[in-house]
Amino acid sequence: MSSLVGRNLLAGAETDVAADAGYTDHPPRMGFFTDTSVCIGCKACEVACKEWNAIPEDGLNFTGMSYDNTQGLGADTWRHVAFIEQNKPMGRAEPGVDHGGSPGAAPGGAPPGAPDGASGEGGGTDFRWLMASDVCKHCTHAACLDVCPTGSLFRTEFGTVVVQEDICNGCGYCVPACPYGVIDQRKEDGRVWKCTLCYDRLGEGLEPACAKACPTDSIQYGPLDELRERAAARVEQLHGIGVEDARLYGHDPEDGVGGDGAFFLLLDEPEVYGLPPDPVVTTRDLPSMWKHAGVAAAALVGGLAAVFAVHGRTGGAR
Amino acid sequence: MKDSGVSKERVYGARPGREAEVGGGLRPRDGGRRGDRRDGRHGGRQGGRQGRRRGGRGEKAMVPEAEFTSYYGLPVLNPPVWKAADVAAYLFLGGLAGAGSTMAAGAQLTGRPAAARALKISSLAAIAGSTAALIHDLGRPARFYNMLRVMKPTSPMSMGSWILAAYGPAAGGAAVLDAAGRFPHLGGAATAVAAALGPAVTVYTAVLIADTAVPAWHEGRGELPFVFAGSATAAAAGMALVAAPVRETGPMRTAAVSGAALELAAARLLERRAGLAAEPYKKGKAGRFMRAGEILSAAGTAGSVLLAGRGRAAAALSGAALLAGSACTRFGIFYAGIQSAEDPKYTVVPQRERVDAGGARATT
Repeated sequence: MSSLVGRNLLAGAETDVAADAGYTDHPPRMGFFTDTSVCIGCKACEVACKEWNAIPEDGLNFTGMSYDNTQGLGADTWRHVAFIEQNKPMGRAEPGVDHGGSPGAAPGGAPPGAPDGASGEGGGTDFRWLMASDVCKHCTHAACLDVCPTGSLFRTEFGTVVVQEDICNGCGYCVPACPYGVIDQRKEDGRVWKCTLCYDRLGEGLEPACAKACPTDSIQYGPLDELRERAAARVEQLHGIGVEDARLYGHDPEDGVGGDGAFFLLLDEPEVYGLPPDPVVTTRDLPSMWKHAGVAAAALVGGLAAVFAVHGRTGGAR
Repeated sequence: MKDSGVSKERVYGARPGREAEVGGGLRPRDGGRRGDRRDGRHGGRQGGRQGRRRGGRGEKAMVPEAEFTSYYGLPVLNPPVWKAADVAAYLFLGGLAGAGSTMAAGAQLTGRPAAARALKISSLAAIAGSTAALIHDLGRPARFYNMLRVMKPTSPMSMGSWILAAYGPAAGGAAVLDAAGRFPHLGGAATAVAAALGPAVTVYTAVLIADTAVPAWHEGRGELPFVFAGSATAAAAGMALVAAPVRETGPMRTAAVSGAALELAAARLLERRAGLAAEPYKKGKAGRFMRAGEILSAAGTAGSVLLAGRGRAAAALSGAALLAGSACTRFGIFYAGIQSAEDPKYTVVPQRERVDAGGARATT
């Protein structure tokens, strides 16, 4: 086995995750690029994912959160479409519709018929919907995988992270380890579940069910390198047409998790979508934690030794 | 989240104040600050207030609150699924067992056989209880043996399983052979092994919970091992005060003082250093347990110094207070983690500050 030093196995940029996991001859790292600027919130991805992976129903709720009744990723939701309603304009969009008197309109905005001095572009109000399909990030440095005590979570030859359900004993350690809140325990089953990036389809050369079902190609599947190039071009294009707020999330191999295998183009700050602004893989700090624990253990032993030494044998001091 | 819905008669379980917040987004066209995002406070109503604030007529909040954006106030993390009765209890029992084994060896070496035997038996009981609790907490208890399927240095739980696999039989052998009075050499060896592994059993659990994305635990990673070491020492000393004759517990009384002092000092340091992540330790259930832990530890310490040398009843009472104090501290730490994971504030605010300081590169 080659040296463990200098390969960024716990944090930092790691060029070949599959090779570091022990695969000698492996396909390129595959992933998702989710371009939320073309997401129409149809939830075909959620449905396709549930259908293909035979994920059980997890409650038919009405949350009152816009059109989102799934709320977030979990054991029974591997794709989640977020809906955000904002009083903000989308690029240079001119809706041509006056929503001035509607309940969702910006207060203080132009009353019907009055010139809209604020926007300077006449007519419409500053109102937009953001829709984004969230998914497991398949991190370069996956905390869930790092902390799994049974080896149930593993790195596939495609560089993705998958749970082996015949091994998982439901210890639940991966759940709080994930900085994105993706993986969760299925209560009635006891084991943890999350997106597999359709590992069973990848092996057959098929794209994952969600990407296949996405009608606008908001969800794009492919080799990660290619997706990163495509994403960079798309951001540039959006900036060019005035969508100043387009930004990539999770694409950078230098970020806290070494870059995501599934990354996003967002139109607002990550936390607006329920994503952490600067996630860090918890195991980055593991060496330091063990050092502190070592000192604490030594203090315990040393302290007790000192106490017994001071008191001496029975009938000694005190 | 299955407690809300709509029926023919009414909407039930609706949760007000969960409207989507407006993010940093585009610069407002009226030339407002980009920092307007900050006005989209968690739980606040979007729209009306935002509009007013942009106009400069919004009133300032009197109490500065952490201001941040979230998705309908939902947590970013999936909170731990561990049960308090199992895992928080294990944090306490594991510490009691580990520190107890080391203390038992000390007692045996310095001619305090009754205290040594009491501690060995309590360690065996505690570690047996711990193991039962850990297996009970699994989603699939029948697969507990998969814990020893691999040995994985990146997983504190894997390392802990191996530590327990070595420590458990040693602690068991030490207690059983001592109580039975058979094979003293083997018993001595078991005592030595248990004493050597005891500190590892005690502090690894601190690494276990710190090695998560849970803010209150992760940000306490430097101090938690010391809290655990101190708390466990105080608990084991308390157990000796309860279960051993007064003439043999002199060192335990001193250990109770130093253990409780370390526990309190490290906990205070944690609350000072962890920044926003320290807040859950002072709030709600966690805050009540932490406070109770401090009071009980202080009372137990005072009792062990002032009274425990005088009579068995006073010693037992002091010991019980020390044990209860240690348990309360562990439950407090456990609940602080849960609380910090359930509120997006503790995840988003520190990360947003990092990004704004320019140190992060999650987005470009």
